[in-house]
Amino acid sequence: MTYLSKSPWILHYDATSCNGCDIEVLACLTPMYDVERFGIINTGNPKHADIFVITGSVNEQNREVVKNLYEQIPNPKVVVAVGICATSGGVFRECYNVAGGIDKIIPVDVYVPGCAARPESIIDGIVTALGILEKKRTEMISGLKETQQAELPQGGEAE
Amino acid sequence: MISLVGIIAFILLAPVIGGIIAGVDRKITAHMQGRVGPSILQPFYDVGKLFEKEMTVANDTQRFYVISYFIFMIFTGALFFAGGDLLLVIFALTLAQVFLVLGAYSANSPYSHIGAERELIQIMAYEPMVILAAVGMYVVTKSFNVGTIASYANPLVLFLPGIFVGFIYILTIKLRKSPFDISTSHHAHQEIVKGVTTEFSGPTLGLIEVTHWYETVFLLGFVYLFFAFNPLIAIIAVIFIYLFELLIDNASARVKWQLLIKSSWMIAAIVGVLNLAVLYYLGVG
Repeated sequence: MTYLSKSPWILHYDATSCNGCDIEVLACLTPMYDVERFGIINTGNPKHADIFVITGSVNEQNREVVKNLYEQIPNPKVVVAVGICATSGGVFRECYNVAGGIDKIIPVDVYVPGCAARPESIIDGIVTALGILEKKRTEMISGLKETQQAELPQGGEAE
Repeated sequence: MISLVGIIAFILLAPVIGGIIAGVDRKITAHMQGRVGPSILQPFYDVGKLFEKEMTVANDTQRFYVISYFIFMIFTGALFFAGGDLLLVIFALTLAQVFLVLGAYSANSPYSHIGAERELIQIMAYEPMVILAAVGMYVVTKSFNVGTIASYANPLVLFLPGIFVGFIYILTIKLRKSPFDISTSHHAHQEIVKGVTTEFSGPTLGLIEVTHWYETVFLLGFVYLFFAFNPLIAIIAVIFIYLFELLIDNASARVKWQLLIKSSWMIAAIVGVLNLAVLYYLGVG
């Protein structure tokens, strides 16, 4: 039993989006959809976030920003690419200045296609991300145990 | 007389009560905004989640400061509920708050520094009124001892109406509510990134949250003192005051820090000092 899936805090970043998906992300917070009833809060701070929601096809200007934000989020964390531009680059895929999809820069866990992605599908994507978040946490704990166990026998051999 | 029961009850019960108050706060806020809102236990889920996260600290001193903030806030509340010296309680409260500011300053981040500066401004803004409240209570009851003040037979609020109004004014600052949530705020309001808590994450942020629950219970205990002649009326008054703070929170936008400091000092100087002057004139003091 973990609390992670009951209190996912989101960091939303607009990486060269046309703003269509961003408005749909913000629509999730309005009384109509009210994602706060699931404990979801839109934080402005990567250090408080659990889920990284990115919209838009990344360009050369914000490639480093996306990487930096991702690294600042403490583990366990998941990345949700919202909109077709974020999943594959969309119509901008061939552009000279566009990376074409967030997964070219950082590992993406959930893809939410659509132009613009509807609030319902964004919420669905985030709920899917919660399951992955739980899985990552168990991996993180078992990973910690493995490293501790791996360290112990080595100490034994040295003696 | 220091009561051990008060200390133990505060340490054990305050986080539970404070967490539930925070949960009810979020639920009522959501309803005021036409939303359903999260579960009443949401603050506990949040803190549970924060303690499950990876421990990332900017430096070791930061963690030391946060733990000091936590310990001194518990000391403040425990001393208060044990019936200790009100002045010592107020000094311990300031010390706790200063540790939070130091924690924010210890990280090399401009956002954190702005938050720390704003937190200092908040401390400057509310401190005179808190001291005046303690002085006012002393003038009426002839004691700084919380136990003696709480057992005073007459309603303190009738002697100290001005000081009470001033205290409610600065309570908004202390509870981190709009319009005075300039250093950091609850709910999804964003301050300059996240103000004083920008550089805290995971378990350290969780500890700050729990500390805030302790602080909320202590502050509501302070409000209780004004009505302590009758416990039932006092509890109803405390609930009413908290709901009033929620209404103010949802009905107002954040102000600039200049207005915050000017208005809270003006209120303290006018209603607080005037109240004391009237008490002296009437020969109560």
